[in-house]
Amino acid sequence: MKTNKKIEWPYWVHVPILILLPFICPYSALATNILIYGIFAMGFNLLLGYTGLLSFGHASFFGLGAFTTGLFLLKLKTHVGVAIAAGVLMATLGGVVIGYISLKRREVYFAMLTLAFSQLLFFIGLQMKDLTGGDNGLAGIPIVKLPLGINLGRPLHSYYFMFVIFIVVSYFIRRLLKSPFGKAMQAVRENENRATSCGYNTRRIKFISFILSTLISGLSGSLYCIQLRFVPLETLGLNTNGEVIFMTLIGGLGTFWGPLVGSSVFLLLIDLTSKIIERWELIVGLVFIGFIMFLNRGICGLIEKARSARKQRRGAPAGSV
Amino acid sequence: MIGLSLGVIYVLMASGLSIIFGLLRVVNFAHGTFYMLGAYGFFYILTLSGHFWVALVAAPITIAAIGMLTEIVTIRPLYGTTEINPLLLTLGLTYVFVDVIRISFGLAGEPTSIPQGFAGAIDLGFMIFPKYRFFIILVGAAVISLVWLFVNKTNIGMVIRAGTKDSEMVQILGINVRRLWTMVFGIGIALASLAGALAAPISGINPEMGEFTVIEAFVVVVVGGMGSLAGSVVAGLLVGEIVAITTLYYGQAGHASIFALMVIVLLTTRYGLFGEA
Repeated sequence: MKTNKKIEWPYWVHVPILILLPFICPYSALATNILIYGIFAMGFNLLLGYTGLLSFGHASFFGLGAFTTGLFLLKLKTHVGVAIAAGVLMATLGGVVIGYISLKRREVYFAMLTLAFSQLLFFIGLQMKDLTGGDNGLAGIPIVKLPLGINLGRPLHSYYFMFVIFIVVSYFIRRLLKSPFGKAMQAVRENENRATSCGYNTRRIKFISFILSTLISGLSGSLYCIQLRFVPLETLGLNTNGEVIFMTLIGGLGTFWGPLVGSSVFLLLIDLTSKIIERWELIVGLVFIGFIMFLNRGICGLIEKARSARKQRRGAPAGSV
Repeated sequence: MIGLSLGVIYVLMASGLSIIFGLLRVVNFAHGTFYMLGAYGFFYILTLSGHFWVALVAAPITIAAIGMLTEIVTIRPLYGTTEINPLLLTLGLTYVFVDVIRISFGLAGEPTSIPQGFAGAIDLGFMIFPKYRFFIILVGAAVISLVWLFVNKTNIGMVIRAGTKDSEMVQILGINVRRLWTMVFGIGIALASLAGALAAPISGINPEMGEFTVIEAFVVVVVGGMGSLAGSVVAGLLVGEIVAITTLYYGQAGHASIFALMVIVLLTTRYGLFGEA
């Protein structure tokens, strides 16, 4: 596989769309949410899509990031940079502990362990009312103001702030996936035993990929808190676990842009259906079932497949995406 | 003793989950949804017919039929793909079924009461115990014994046990595995909806009632060992007691204790207390 120095085509499509997104979306806060959940799903995809590990508890890290950042902004009144760093650090620490323990088991048992930890955190959050606000969530987080007159309370400012972070994160993930470590992750996904016999320390690869994934999820949680200026307890809850899986799958497991496409489709779908009928879960559930049954690769997976099929017809080697 | 009746509900839920996983290798996230459907079905039939026993028998059968139909239409095409797919599919089913119930029966759920004839308490000699909870324990014990007999003493049960060990081999021996899987899925769902129907008079019914129950059932199955009926029974009763005792002292955080239990069991034993593979 040749190293691609030139920027690949999806960038030329996605980045302009992202720049214009707040004007395309019904309202710009939705665009901001798409980015935040896009980052979350990208972190999740790193684990499920590229390493092949299904975590049912990624809400833990999203929630840890959100609550820690929220507490730093609200109680300690620190600079936003410190608050985000604290949120990311907390989520990563959680990832180290939970990942270390959960990775002792495989497949379904791994998923169940992550689910158990996420529920454990949920109930801890519910119980520690002084810190988290319990059922009511953490409210009253101040508006974040940055130098150069940037006010994150204003939708467009907030959007482009998230946009910059998104670009940095996606560049980081891109580099990671292209690196030898990224290839090793995918080797584990394809066949763990084979990767082991090739001399890879698969335990360590899975552990590191888990930690990186929690780091990114924690970051998205922090951003969520800054954007919403409120952290509901539900960020730690079951629905958050489900939503990130939905998004990643709709967009396409193991594809680079899939999570972002997934979060856009998911959030736009909710927005549209809740305008027409009251209950969006039914529609989203049906769409999700449809994707699993008929479009297993997700939207981006389909595009990639179509492109590599076309390349093959032309006689070029496939898979150089 | 309160824990025991709670435990019976868990045993019913978990043994269904466990045999489905043992044979089909499907982690059924929609199990809680069928628990909820069982409770709704029970009350719907109860108000229509007015007979407690009719409702208690008819509801699980109806819901099991719905479950088998669901399995045939949605899960069956996914066999042979990765293990994750059916799991995620059942997660999607949860959203759909819960919403359908919300649309047809309303968001709030309905209050329920213990049926006449089961109100009051009985004196067991050493303690006084609510009659209905005692009834749950009896029914649960009877049903679980029946399932145990079915799995261990009948020919179909033998095939099921064989299929759990090696379903390909069973297929080679000329048995229609797909039909068997659908049947086992139906049995699992019937157990879940029976659990829902039994629990409903105590817990009340609402569309989200299965959401947490299924996770508790997962804990039971994992603690007991996936695919093991004996494991589900022991772990179900154990978890029931733990929840009842800790809830008494710590309120809602009592539920957190079972997750701690699950983590400990999974780390000390490889496949849960009774698990084999």
